[in-house]
Amino acid sequence: MSANHDGANLLEVRGLTKIFGTLTACDHIDLNIAKGEIHALLGENGAGKSTLVKMLFGSLEPNSGEIFWNGQAVRITSPGAAKKLGIGMVFQHFSLFEALTAAENIALSLDDGSPISSIAAKARALSYSYGLPLDPESLVGDLSVGERQRIEIIRCLLQTPQLIILDEPTSVLTPQEADKLFETLERLRSEGKSILYISHRLEEVKRICDRATVLRHGKVVGHCNPREETAASLARMMVGNEVQAVVRAPVEGIETAQPLLEIRSLSRKPATPFSIPLKTISLNVRAGEVIGIAGVAGNGQGEFFESVSGEVLQQDAASVRIRGKDAGGLTITGRRLLGAAFVPEERLGHGAAPRMKLSENLLLSRHATDGRAFVGAGGMVKSGAVYAASQRIIEAMDVRKSAPDPEAAALSGGNLQKFIVGRELDRRPSVMVVNQPTWGVDAGAAAHIRQALIELSRSGSAVLVISQDLDELFEISDAIAVMHNGELSKPMPIAEATFEKVGLLMGGAEPGHAEHTLETA
Amino acid sequence: MMRLELVKRPQRSALFSMLSPFIAFALTIIAGAIMFALLGVNPLTAFRIYFIEPVSQVWQLHELAIKAAPLILIAVGLSVCYKANIWNIGAEGQFIFGAIFGSIIPVLFPQFEGPLVLPLMLLLGMVGGAAYAAIPALLKTRFNTNEILTSLMLVYVAQLFLDWLVRGPWRDPQGHGFPQTIQFGDAATLPQLMPDAGRANWGFVFALLAAVLIWILMGRMLKGFEVRVLGSSPRAGRFAGFGLSRMVFFAFLLSGALAGLAGISEVSGAIGQLQPVISPGYGFTAIIVAFLGRLNPLGIIAAGLVLALTYLGGEAVQSALGISDKVARVFQGMLLFFVLGCDTLIHYRIRLIGLALTKPDGAAKLEAAPKLKEAR
Repeated sequence: MSANHDGANLLEVRGLTKIFGTLTACDHIDLNIAKGEIHALLGENGAGKSTLVKMLFGSLEPNSGEIFWNGQAVRITSPGAAKKLGIGMVFQHFSLFEALTAAENIALSLDDGSPISSIAAKARALSYSYGLPLDPESLVGDLSVGERQRIEIIRCLLQTPQLIILDEPTSVLTPQEADKLFETLERLRSEGKSILYISHRLEEVKRICDRATVLRHGKVVGHCNPREETAASLARMMVGNEVQAVVRAPVEGIETAQPLLEIRSLSRKPATPFSIPLKTISLNVRAGEVIGIAGVAGNGQGEFFESVSGEVLQQDAASVRIRGKDAGGLTITGRRLLGAAFVPEERLGHGAAPRMKLSENLLLSRHATDGRAFVGAGGMVKSGAVYAASQRIIEAMDVRKSAPDPEAAALSGGNLQKFIVGRELDRRPSVMVVNQPTWGVDAGAAAHIRQALIELSRSGSAVLVISQDLDELFEISDAIAVMHNGELSKPMPIAEATFEKVGLLMGGAEPGHAEHTLETA
Repeated sequence: MMRLELVKRPQRSALFSMLSPFIAFALTIIAGAIMFALLGVNPLTAFRIYFIEPVSQVWQLHELAIKAAPLILIAVGLSVCYKANIWNIGAEGQFIFGAIFGSIIPVLFPQFEGPLVLPLMLLLGMVGGAAYAAIPALLKTRFNTNEILTSLMLVYVAQLFLDWLVRGPWRDPQGHGFPQTIQFGDAATLPQLMPDAGRANWGFVFALLAAVLIWILMGRMLKGFEVRVLGSSPRAGRFAGFGLSRMVFFAFLLSGALAGLAGISEVSGAIGQLQPVISPGYGFTAIIVAFLGRLNPLGIIAAGLVLALTYLGGEAVQSALGISDKVARVFQGMLLFFVLGCDTLIHYRIRLIGLALTKPDGAAKLEAAPKLKEAR
């Protein structure tokens, strides 16, 4: 036995390179993760974070470079091999079966044939010892996003990993849930486990991470101690220049402006056992303003978006009005023709068809509104015009890609989101409804998208933003309403809104009693 | 204690996607050689008789065109369904109903003659095929039934209905009791393209025309875009404002109409009357044609010719070597098997699970190492 391994590197990565066609996604990446540290991996979308992590977890094979685990060179050929080494991963998007219980979901991934009851017992013990209370018998479909994430974490911990990779873990959590998660991570660190923490929330990284590695355009641009940096200096390292702060000019005379989107007593019965009913929602969005809808995921935001967009029709035609016309009975195409534009939460498979080119994905939402420009006689697509328009959007939104007209799935999440938002902005819609505009999007791109939404409203459009990111809503909204359990509170003007007030409403406090509860608390 | 598992490849090879039908064909030839050897025939002789002799003379090429026409017509329609992720397996039944509808004029109104007869028959054939295809479409959209089962079961209904027709109400009274209708008149017969050179009729032209039109539809038109979006990501299709129910009808009616056109063309061109059996399984073989042609209408033309050759080859080895013409079915089956196999292996790789338990690889050893240290 040579040296004492305490403090030595658990994982060392030397010159790891991955090339996709002409794009070098990861270019000679060096990374050391010591035992018992929380190591942040920072970078803009498309910087190569996901590619790097996929190579560490065995789902992509590097073109060159070496990985050392406890000082020994290893080849990680599959996620199974990664798990055997002691690498666990919690993905940004969960892979859980809603109709199964938490314990059954865990059993599926363990793959060792041990009985459900013993797995449930182990999971329960583990969850309490790490302060992540979880009932293994509960159906996943009934659980909140935060609870679902706990299942993923417990599932990972049950395999006693030495290194845990967390991909944007707090993007789905309330501030309170995030605090809980940080306690767990600190506990894991104190037990000598290492954590690779991927996030774009710089304040978080400053708070819990010991070291950070910053990637830009596939290269390591620096290692640093995030505690000694400011959020601005970290952002500068990531983006390569200053992130433009979002500017929101106050609007005047909004009370007299015309409401472009009116929602009147919108109700909807739950479509599946796992969906939320909508209960008499009313809301007006006027020309020139941005209204934000806050709320913990799974409180009816998805159902609300579907109803407003027209993917689901309403019985009462007057329950959704666009530019003064009843639109409740119109399809999404009809509502678009009235001047509305929509950006759904899910990018791949909802906002965009993954295996189709960007130009085809432009046609997806604009074949009817831009029918004259994009579709010629006899239903022939004018592919030249569509391509030119998609290139215009790519340029306007600074979408980074590896080919002139790549498939949507080939783009990183943030770049695809920029394209999807840009696709709608390019139409100059008079009503814009966006669900989670910057979910998993890096700081630079997020600022770009937010600024674009504010500018759209200031040019006379009505903008409705549904988001779980409170910072974002406070940054861009003129008023914030909160959705909880299918009900929507009255919008609070931004001057009166505080994190506490909104947070209480998110937690289910009676809208009328919010102030009162605060005083007594 | 070993188990096969398919693991999705991170990237699929564009080169192999293109080569896949050719690899499948090569594998079919190899497996076919083994089969012929087992049957006690020299594989080289058998292949010459199976694949080369049936197309060595001009009149034989006409026979090839006759066999390929229905395959191509049906397969291009099916390709639209399959691209839309709608599984119409019942083209054989739609083919038969096209033939029955189209035959209404020559069988029930034989005295009606003139240049209008043939266009009307073809039109009725398309209506018949489309109407029969509308049944599974209606069941799927109204009751959410599985279209694979309903369209397949309707094939047997169509076959028995045709059988009843030609033995019962539509039987030729002067036919000495044979189960068949009267011979169609000249006005109701699809003309041959080059009567001096061979029997090939206008059905082959219809097939080529349909392939080109569907190719334009799928690649250049908004409707084709709609098909591809709804087939690959239905939720994105709904976001685009495309209706899934409308698409189910569109795909079934289009493929049904083309199968019906194939049916009436076959009856009025190659057979000349209705009989209890009018198809050697064209509607099923066309499924192979569609996949061998990569669901691309131009690829389907080539694939249709290849599969047509398997029919002719089957007849040839039967007469020359005395081997059952079921050999054709074996070749068709192997071809489909290998195409689907190649496609699967382009998207997935095979992993043997269980090997790792008996032979620990590097990873497992490494995991054990720290524990050893702790133990000391």
